[in-house]
Amino acid sequence: MAPLVAAHGLRKSFGKTEALRGVGFEVAEGEIYGLIGPDGAGKSTLFRILATLLKADGGTATIDGLDVLAHYRPLRRRIGYMPGRFSLYQDLTVEENLAFFASIFGTTLRENYHLVADIYRQLEPFRHRRAGQLSGGMKQKLALSCTLIHAPRLLLLDEPTTGVDPVSRKEFWDTLRRLRDEQGITVIVSTPYMDEATQCDRIALIQEGAFLRVDTPQGIVDAYADTLWAVRSDRMHRLQDDLHRYPAVRTAFPFGETFHVTLHPGASARALCRHLEDCGHNNVEVRPICAGIEDCFMSLMKKSHES
Amino acid sequence: MNQPNYKLMIIRYLIEKEFKQLLRNPILLPVFLVLPVIMMTVLPRATTQEVKNLHVCIVDHDHSTWSARLVHKLSAFPFFSSTWAASSYREALHHMEAGRADFIIEIGPGFERELVAGRHSRLRIAVNAVNGVQAGLGSSYLMHLVADYAARLQAETEGTSGHGAAGIEVVSRCLYNAGLDYKAFMVPGLMAMLLTLIVGFLPALNIVGEKEKGTIEQINVTPVRRWEFILSKLVPYWCVGGFILAYSMLLARLAFGMVPAGSIGTIFLFATLFTLVVSSLGLMVSNYSDTTRQAALVMFFFLVIFILLGGLLTPVASMPSWAQTLTLANPLRYFIDAMRALYLKGSTLRDLFPLCRALAIYAVIVWTWAIVSYRKH
Repeated sequence: MAPLVAAHGLRKSFGKTEALRGVGFEVAEGEIYGLIGPDGAGKSTLFRILATLLKADGGTATIDGLDVLAHYRPLRRRIGYMPGRFSLYQDLTVEENLAFFASIFGTTLRENYHLVADIYRQLEPFRHRRAGQLSGGMKQKLALSCTLIHAPRLLLLDEPTTGVDPVSRKEFWDTLRRLRDEQGITVIVSTPYMDEATQCDRIALIQEGAFLRVDTPQGIVDAYADTLWAVRSDRMHRLQDDLHRYPAVRTAFPFGETFHVTLHPGASARALCRHLEDCGHNNVEVRPICAGIEDCFMSLMKKSHES
Repeated sequence: MNQPNYKLMIIRYLIEKEFKQLLRNPILLPVFLVLPVIMMTVLPRATTQEVKNLHVCIVDHDHSTWSARLVHKLSAFPFFSSTWAASSYREALHHMEAGRADFIIEIGPGFERELVAGRHSRLRIAVNAVNGVQAGLGSSYLMHLVADYAARLQAETEGTSGHGAAGIEVVSRCLYNAGLDYKAFMVPGLMAMLLTLIVGFLPALNIVGEKEKGTIEQINVTPVRRWEFILSKLVPYWCVGGFILAYSMLLARLAFGMVPAGSIGTIFLFATLFTLVVSSLGLMVSNYSDTTRQAALVMFFFLVIFILLGGLLTPVASMPSWAQTLTLANPLRYFIDAMRALYLKGSTLRDLFPLCRALAIYAVIVWTWAIVSYRKH
């Protein structure tokens, strides 16, 4: 089956800053495709190009067989774009916003109610409240409803969960999966939260305008070749310096309560442990762990910098 | 789906949305209601350029009957609010320095004697010319008063001597504004200015406001077309402009009993064209700006220039010719001209056709520009 989204060699610069340096990828129909990367990696630029809001300097992109430049007009009916910032009319009520966006696409809330039903049900008690007065989670539900109301085939969601509480975030991902399963809607979603990456069918790790790697979350984790050690002691503030100074340590990144450490070939965890104790650390703990997406991302980032 | 019908519906929904937002703005409604009241009741009185309330200091060295008559005549003049008497020119000058006198009139010691003897007698008039308009008008009032006084004296003395001289009486009559009432001149101009302020500033802040809030992104991914979007932004300002004009015409009638001499329909035709010009200009500024602050600043520059070069305060005819040429690019100038002609002269659309055509051409240009400068990509 032909992919729903196909991009080849997309490039975009703003002045001297290269936001995208030749990005190509394909998204299959009914897939939740995650763009994972830090701020400034080029995620929003990519979204704006796909949403027909920005012209790429080079490369092509087609969605559902329609070119984003040549066929932008019919394309706008098939995509639902939700910008990173809340961008509905704050001085209109929940119901008015939804009715407005339905109307300008020539449809009505009633006609497409089935698409937004399970989100809108939670909003209904507030339907006469102005959008500006909703909580963060509610705003985001409203934004998703407005993006869905014209029955798009593809959702482009730019950091939809940023600034949203953990419960709402979880509900949000449940909703996306339901839309995929029940309506067959394809989703491209970006997030700065690595823990959300595992919710996607496939993810692209993006850094400085280039894709580092595209795979399923499991595939990315499986490809992690090194042994990873979680290291902690009771003098955490000194641990970082002492780890970096130890020649056998290749990388050491802080992860909450512990440091995730990789060692050069041939070095042993036992030796590291002894070294740290010699440096005056007590209760030193060094144990092997399974790598997460973030570890893979850090290691890929470091590799791409080195090369 | 019926295509043309659907297009109309989109525009209807867009306009409906603009109205909702306009009316929900907690500041705008009071502005619409209060600003016209201030503009129509306070400003016509305050922006008067009639020179009134002049302070005159009289130094009478003669103390004769004829000098007393002159002093009496001057004090009775309604534009002089106070007359001081000083014993010397020095003292009078002191009053002027202290800001208590705008004019000094010094009557020489032999004033009556010289006049009776049929010789010229002299008056000294000193003017504080810091305010040029006041000095110019005030001294011309004084000249008139003194000349009038002299003529009367001459008549009296000639009457007694029996030599009648043929006098030339000049009677001037002001057409269209019989009372030479400054308010009648200002009110139509202030209406034009009010309209400029409201329908100029609001659109300038509108699109850029959507840019700042990010809502424009959401609109840009919809099938709404540029002209539909711009049209939906203009229509509400037409309505607001119409309302503001009708409201201020009512206020002018209540406050000063002013009713237009010309047709109300023609006034609204001009107002419609003018609103289209100014609000398109506002939208244009909005399109080119990134923040509301930029837009407000740029619009402010435009409006100040429009107002000062529009003939609201300084008559266009008394500007240097290069400045008069500049006013041809000023839509406010046409509108003020038309409003004054319609209110005071009772001109017809046929009389005002050149103004109407100028505004219409202007409207087409800026509206097209507003649409073209709104870029989705």
